[in-house]
Amino acid sequence: MSEAATSTNGGSILRTTNVTKQFGGLTAVSDVTFNVPERSIVSIIGPNGAGKTTFFNMLTGFYKPTFGSIEFDGRNVTGGRPDVIMKAGMARTFQNIRLFATMSAVENAMVGQNARMKAGLFGSIIRTPGVRKEEKRVDEKAREELSYVGVARRHHDWLAVNLSYGEQRRVEIARALASDPKVLLLDEPTAGMNPQESDQLTEFMRKLRDERGVTIVLIEHDMKVIMGVSEHITVLDHGEKIAEGGPTEVRTNSRVIEAYLGKAAAEEVAAEAERKERS
Amino acid sequence: MSTAADTPAPPAGQPKRRIPTLNEMPWWVEKVVVPVVFLFGAALLPFLFDSGSGFIGTCVLALAYTVMALGLNIIVGFAGLLDLGYVAFFAIGAYTMGWLGSGFFSQVNNEEGWHIFVSGFAASLPGIHVNFLLVLVVAIIFTTIAGMFIGLPTLRLRGDYIAIVTLAFGEIIGRSAVNGDEIRLAAIPIIGGPLENAFGAEQTITAGRQGISPVDKVDLPLVEAFTSLELRPWYWVGLALLAISLFVNFRLRDSRLGRAWVALREDEVAAVSMGVPAVKTKLLAYGTGAAFGGMAGAFLGSFNNTVNADQFQFFFSILILGMVILGGLGSIWGAVLGGIALTFINFELLPRLNTVPSKVGLDFDLSEINFGIYGFLLVIMMIMRPQGLLPERRRKMELTEDADVHDETLYTARV
Repeated sequence: MSEAATSTNGGSILRTTNVTKQFGGLTAVSDVTFNVPERSIVSIIGPNGAGKTTFFNMLTGFYKPTFGSIEFDGRNVTGGRPDVIMKAGMARTFQNIRLFATMSAVENAMVGQNARMKAGLFGSIIRTPGVRKEEKRVDEKAREELSYVGVARRHHDWLAVNLSYGEQRRVEIARALASDPKVLLLDEPTAGMNPQESDQLTEFMRKLRDERGVTIVLIEHDMKVIMGVSEHITVLDHGEKIAEGGPTEVRTNSRVIEAYLGKAAAEEVAAEAERKERS
Repeated sequence: MSTAADTPAPPAGQPKRRIPTLNEMPWWVEKVVVPVVFLFGAALLPFLFDSGSGFIGTCVLALAYTVMALGLNIIVGFAGLLDLGYVAFFAIGAYTMGWLGSGFFSQVNNEEGWHIFVSGFAASLPGIHVNFLLVLVVAIIFTTIAGMFIGLPTLRLRGDYIAIVTLAFGEIIGRSAVNGDEIRLAAIPIIGGPLENAFGAEQTITAGRQGISPVDKVDLPLVEAFTSLELRPWYWVGLALLAISLFVNFRLRDSRLGRAWVALREDEVAAVSMGVPAVKTKLLAYGTGAAFGGMAGAFLGSFNNTVNADQFQFFFSILILGMVILGGLGSIWGAVLGGIALTFINFELLPRLNTVPSKVGLDFDLSEINFGIYGFLLVIMMIMRPQGLLPERRRKMELTEDADVHDETLYTARV
């Protein structure tokens, strides 16, 4: 049933085929085929150590897959350099925030546009009119993005280290958005957020998709966020894809329950469902 | 998310902690007023002293070393690549001057020499004599290439490991300079033949410890030839080089490239995933940083009137690095201050201290422990003011303003 859901969608923007990553004898990700339709919000879930972040790192070029291929926007990007993949339109955030601590929020968002800039060494020294214009444009765009994700205007020139945790998360998203990505990969964006902030972020993800047409791939632990926002969920366990489909399908899948809660719990849930059916 | 447009103001009664932003100093103060006052004052300084005095000589050295400190500041301060072999660029710059501005290649053109845009005395001497400004350009090109070449093997390394590789390269260049007087151009495989025809059978690569001397004086159009007795013109040329270096440093710091350097320094993984090409950006840091070393090296070769292999010791790399750290890593005005301060400590203060023991009747040679005193000063400095004399605003804030962001160490926890 889930196979049908993925294969019928023609407008796929990101597709992996049988991607495997081995570190020596350890297989971190095994034979994962994964498809992201354009303008969708999809999630990857799984218990700790399931290989979700490794999978992200392969998508963004930090790891080269041992086997398999990754196709992004009609191009094969398997094993490509991270900065080249970023330039092609795939931006990401990190599980543990990785801002440039001693740069201001605006500068962080300006670095995000690095791949979209042209200024070279000599142009920067002479500061040609073109470079000057570009600097101005990039600065304005950085502030625009910061406001868009909800960083207060008066905090734009603060150093990243001085911002609150929630704001740092937002700056990280703004930095990724500043490059006008086609696909945004968010690695546990709600980690450490309170329920209210998580709700805001969920709302924001929808807004992002609707207003700017950005495809969002999400790694998440917060089930409320996942079930609320994802159109399609892929479940990894021990590096393998054990299930995929819509939120309701995944929620009732016995292999998923087993991965999260153990075999006994899965049987219990199955028995419960059976009892309900009988009565 | 965008609903949180503004955070509430801190409640009254609570002392409002002022959080500094990067734009504390108006840009025109930092980039117009301070440089103009500094350069104008510095330009007038030599009129207060006798033109042949040792003080002006030290000032000239200070200017040249400061140019190198600014170059190293790009590599270590901006891009965070700890380079312990900066002396290599001094050597390459100085040898460029030595090769292209002396009688070293005495056999060329049937002992009549090649002369390119040189006037006066040098125009009639054997050897290669190229105008100083052209030598500067060639030195910049040579050192940029050398800088990138040295940078290549360090690209996959981090931190201390970069330091070790660059240190080794500095030593390789230094040793090559010492032993170059044993390597004859004619003995080089394949191209040895044509080289022998052009330079003679006995021509070596360097003059080793003996040194290439004399070296052509700076020869500028419309200006009288420089001499070793009148030091003011040297001073102004050094100041001009410093002004150029300052200009380039400021322009690069506030550019796409400057931000990419800082981003790489702060977090390489994040920088790369934000589209900063690591290899290209790092090589540009090595290349531009090295270019300043070559520029100052060529100038010093001419000023010292000798290109001597003993000048290119490991200690020199540490001296320049000391200037950058003393001033504050990544801080442009800090590198200037550090460069001037360490030059004067090294060439004025320590020699004067050396006379103290004999005056008080001690039979003790203080110059034996010069390095010790020097090291002691640096250690004191690092304890009293680890962020440097004029810290870059970023680092200052990182080190002082936000102690709560950093993990407590055992030492601070005890207090």
